[in-house]
Order: sequence, then C-alpha cells, then structure tokens
Amino acid sequence: MNSVLGIILQRLGLGLLTLLVVSVLIFASVNALPGDFAEAILGQGATPEAVASIREDLGLNKNPFSRYFSWLGGVLTGDFGTSFAQANMSSFAGSDTGKGGIESVAAQIAPRFKNTLFLAGVAAAIAIPLALTLGILAALYRNSVYDRAVNVTTLSAISSPEFFLAYILILFLAFLNPILPSLSNIYDGMAFSERLQKTLLPALTLTLAVTAQLMRMTRAAIINLLASPYIEMARLKGISPMRVIVRHALPNALAPIINVVALNLAYLITGVVVIEVVFVYPGIGQLFVDSVKIRDIPVVQACCLLFAAAYILLNLIADIMSILSNPRLRHPK
Amino acid sequence: MFPLEPTFFNIVVTLIGYGLALAGAGFLFRLVGRKVTNNKPYFRDMPGGVAIGFAIGAFAIAWVVYTYIQAQLAEGPAANKYFFFLVAVHGIIIFAVAAYIFRFLGRLIGTEGTKKAFRQMPVTAAFGIMIIVLYAIVSIFAGVIAPYGQEEIVGNANVVPGGDPAMGGDPAYLLGTDQIGRDILSRLIYGAQNTVGIAFVTTCLAFLIGTTFGFLAAVKGGWMDQICSRTVDALMAIPQLIFALLLMTIATAWAGTNNVLVMVYMVIIIAVLDSTRVFRLSRAVGINIVVMDYIEAAKLRGETLPYLIFKEILPNAYAPLLAEFGLRFCFVFLTIASLSFLGIGIKPPLADWGTMVRDLSGFLNYAQFLPLNAALPLMAAGAIALLTVGVNFLVDWMLHRSSGLKE
Repeated sequence: MNSVLGIILQRLGLGLLTLLVVSVLIFASVNALPGDFAEAILGQGATPEAVASIREDLGLNKNPFSRYFSWLGGVLTGDFGTSFAQANMSSFAGSDTGKGGIESVAAQIAPRFKNTLFLAGVAAAIAIPLALTLGILAALYRNSVYDRAVNVTTLSAISSPEFFLAYILILFLAFLNPILPSLSNIYDGMAFSERLQKTLLPALTLTLAVTAQLMRMTRAAIINLLASPYIEMARLKGISPMRVIVRHALPNALAPIINVVALNLAYLITGVVVIEVVFVYPGIGQLFVDSVKIRDIPVVQACCLLFAAAYILLNLIADIMSILSNPRLRHPK
Repeated sequence: MFPLEPTFFNIVVTLIGYGLALAGAGFLFRLVGRKVTNNKPYFRDMPGGVAIGFAIGAFAIAWVVYTYIQAQLAEGPAANKYFFFLVAVHGIIIFAVAAYIFRFLGRLIGTEGTKKAFRQMPVTAAFGIMIIVLYAIVSIFAGVIAPYGQEEIVGNANVVPGGDPAMGGDPAYLLGTDQIGRDILSRLIYGAQNTVGIAFVTTCLAFLIGTTFGFLAAVKGGWMDQICSRTVDALMAIPQLIFALLLMTIATAWAGTNNVLVMVYMVIIIAVLDSTRVFRLSRAVGINIVVMDYIEAAKLRGETLPYLIFKEILPNAYAPLLAEFGLRFCFVFLTIASLSFLGIGIKPPLADWGTMVRDLSGFLNYAQFLPLNAALPLMAAGAIALLTVGVNFLVDWMLHRSSGLKE
C-alpha cells in the first residue's frame, strides 16, 4: 500500500509542478503585451505622471520576478486582482465612490464558475450513462446495422463544430417545437427545476459532443478485451454474451473507461466556451471570451489559470484512477 | 408527436411512455416470431435487448416515413415546419447516392492502384473523398464559380433568399444579400477559399514544426529529446482553445488594427499549439524506426542528419502521419472556425464561415415563417461540418486499414 501512496504523491507533485509551469507560461505571455497595466487602465489620454503613479501603486516598476511572485501569492490566497473593465467604470464614476464599488476578479468569477460546473454536471449526468450503455451495446453487437449506424452518427457528431450542433438543437427544440428555451438566462435564487430546464439545451449540446467520443472509446476498450483468452473461456462455459461483457470484460475495461471519462470531463470544463456563447449562458467561458475581446488581462489570466487547473486536475485523477485500478501499475517492478 | 400540452413534465412522461410501449412491442415481436416460425433458434435465443432494438429501429423508420408523408401533404405555413426535416432527409439520400455513384466511377476510372482502393473502401470513405475533391475544386476556383466578389456590395441590404420577387427576393441573388448588401452565395463560396485555405496552411505549418522536432528528438535523443518533450508537455497542459484565446488577446494587442497581421499571428499560434500533438506522434513513430537495423546501417555509412530524417525515417512514417494530417486538419479547421465564431480570428471584409454563422444566427428566429432565411446560418455551419465529417470518415477508414483490419 505504501508504494501506491508514494506513486500518488509523486503524481500530485508532478501536477503541482505542471500548474506552476503553466502559471509561469500565462504570466510570461501576458507580460509580452505591448505597454503595461497602467497604460491600459488610463487609456489614450494618459499623462506620464499618472502612469508613473499607478505603476508605483501596483508595483509595476518592480522587476518581473518579484511581480510574478506577488501575483502568485495573491492567486494562492484567492486574490486575482481587479478587473480592468471594473476599474475603468469606477474611474468614470469618480474616485469618491471608493474601493467598495469595484468588484474583484475573484468575486466576478466565483458565481460564474458555479454555473459552469452546474452545466458540466448536468451534461455529464446525461452523457456518461448514455455513452457507457451505447458503447457496451455497440461492442456487443459489433459490425451489426446498429453498430454501423451508431458509428456513423457519433463520427459525424464528433466532427461537427459545437455551434452547428447547438443551432440544430435550437432550431428543432426551441423554434420549430417550442419545448425548451433557446437562451439560458440563469440568475441566483432560481428554482432548481427552472434552472435545470434553462440549462438543458446547452447541456444536451455538450452531451452530443461528449457522448460520441466517450461511446467510441468504451466500444474500443471492450472490443480490445474481447480478444483475450479468458473471455473465450467464459464464452465456452456458455454464459450469455451480455453477462460476458458485464461480468468479465467491463471490470477489466474499467481503467481505460475511467481514463476516458476523466478526459472527457476535462473537455466538458473547457469545451463549454463556444456553447456558453451560443446560449448566452452566464458561465466562466462566456466571461473569458468577453474579457479576451476587451483585453481585460487580469480576468483573462485568472480564467486561463482556472481552466488549466481544472484540466490538470482531471488528467491527474484519470492518471491516479488508472493506476489504482490496474495491479500491474500498482506494483511496478 | 405530443398529444399533451408540450410542457417539460408532459414530455418526460411521454418519453417514458414511449419507452415502455417500445419494450412491450419488442417482447411481442419475439413472441410472435417464435409462434409463427415454430420456435426457430433465431427467435428462441434472441436476447430481450435485441428484440427491443428491433422495435426501436422499426419505430424510428416508421416515424421518419410518417413525418415525410406529413411533410409532403402539408401546405402553406404548416409546411415551413417540415422544411428542415425534408432538407435533412433529401440531403442524406442525395449524398448517399452520390457517394455510391462516385465509388462506382472510381472503380471504373483511374490507375490499377486507385481502382483497387475504391473496390475495398466502404461507402463512407468514398463519401469523404468526394467531399474533399468537391471542396478542393470550389476553393481553388472560387473566383470563377462565385457570381460576385466577396467584398462587393452588389445591391440592397437584406434581400430575402429564394430569388422570388413576390416574396422580396431577387433572382440575381439566389441566397439573398447580407446586412450591408453583399451576395451571400458568393460569400459562402469564397468562404471555402478563405477558411479551408487558412486551415490548410496552418496544418502544413504545424506538421513542418511538429515532424521536424519530433524526428530530431527521436534521432538525437538525450538533452534534445528532453528539452522538446518537456516544452511540449508544458504547452499541452493548458487546454488548447483557451491557450489560443489567451495568445490571440496578446496578438491582437500587438497587431492593432492590422487585420492581415492578426490572421498571420493566428496561423502561427494555432500551428505552434497543434504541432505539439504532431510532435508527440512523430516522436513516438520515429523512436520505433530509429532502432531498426537499416537506420544503424545508414548511420555507419556516415549519412547526414537531414538524409536520415527525410530519406530513411519519413518514408516509413508516412502512413500514420497521413492519417494524423487528416485529423489535425479537422481540429485546426474547427479551432479556426470556433475562433472566428467567437469574433476573434479571420476578420471581416474576408468571407469566412465561422463569422457568417455568428452574423446570420439571428435569422434562426424566423424558422417558423421564413425557413430559407433561417437556413442561412446553418448552411455556413453545415459547410464546416460537411468537410470535417468527410475527412473524418476517410481517416477512420485509413486507420482501420492500417491497423490490420482487426475485428
């Protein structure tokens, strides 16, 4: 058991290291911007004195290393800085409104991150059972009409851009048959059922995109296993095909399947960007795109770090799960 | 479809009802089959799931046929509701028939090699080749095919598609004009040139970078391999679309209002980000080739590094790299389309499908009254989807063939 703990700790360490490298990458790329925060906040009519004083205030005249570490320190304590857009607005409002009017990046991101997690959660709750069932069935009846039809459909779903799937669903489920709302205006304090109903259409779009991938991987993982001798043995014993798959193949296919599930969840977290924009869903992806357009650097930086952290975390979970479920990896020679 | 008021609750109940009815129909089908065929093994040993599967399949076919007949009978405004269904059904039938004919022609015309390939391929792969050829022709000859220029303001703004003057259309502009009076058909055709062209250039660049460093890492090993691999690991730790968006923020700041420069930066950014995947594959393939005896022999002959890479490794890594090229092209194409859709990337006067989808998406609201208008954004999005689906079908077959046809 000690070796397992050791491996997991090692992976965790590697994950943290990756995150550190990513933060350096993000910080470095943002520093490649022409001009600096002070000029960006003050805009066109900046006087040199004002720029200098803001640089003094924000510590921009320090060298990049100390700035990186103070940024990192802030991030670790949950302080992502102040959004430019908010800062601009407060400067228009006049200085006497004080700091109270300015929302910090963290306060801006937190509710949206929850919304995104809700959307991804709903999508995952539909997609994972659906994909596993379809995948197992496709492996069971491979090369049948069903398998081919599912293969063609999923391949088409994977290759289509997300906004195409989204608009087709909107067309059929919102405009031609008004069943679901085409826009997801979610707000705090909404009843759960209403919230679910408004989230359903974007969640279904995500489901379409993810199910296809997940289902193909499940099918491939199980078909790979079906060639093993112990499956042959189980068949020769006269067990029904469904039982062979559920009792003998599935437990051994669990490692690759868990891996695929985790990777697809990572996709869910990051793939929401386009879908949130289509449905005007108030999630973190939409905030990210809006901030990119107006070059609101602190928000872009924070969103990017958050996405990367989620991505790394899920990859890490996939890694650890596959080690835990495979004795050969658990006891390396 | 729904006899009840279409509320959320009723729909869920209806769906469950349909599920139970289908399960019942499946078991009934098996029971009847047993009785009629006097307990033939085919029906006797049929698992319940398969029986239900037959019922679902029969129901789906019956529903499509029923809706199709309804659609043909419907007239006036009621017919608008079925417009998209009819287009989808007709589109699938036309493309399937065209792919069959294309494969048939491919078996008759061409060299021995291509004839053999066409004899072996499934119809989906033939469909993929057909689509790729079609897009290549349209994008190369866009200037000849398109009736107007892509930036040309030809007439009134917002002319209705369909070309029927009574409805507010104009036969000169089959798909109507956009909000500032440019011909939409011409822009769709030029979109093939711009979107596909830029994606193709980007993919080539990504391959140039990825394979060069991948093979270098495989041949040289040691610190060269370590530096390249760790750099790629770091780049891959950030989700690609997110990283591309971050870098595009910086690129637009550098480029300012120079739209051409923004696109050049976009090509470079996406090429570099995508080359990480190419690097991984070519390094993995390269490492397996480097240990071969003929590489050893070439090294002992004193061949130079470029010779080793281009004359010894590349020809042997050709098959997996070609399949990867198809997949990479799809990803790059989708990334560029998504960026343009989000309003970052290929910039206006140039016609581009992603931007067109976003600009025209408002027409979707008119689906009940003006189906042709509502179809415009879907045409642009469908043009993207058709190409990626085609390429993926082809790549799927190539991978299946190179994996030795197992299962």
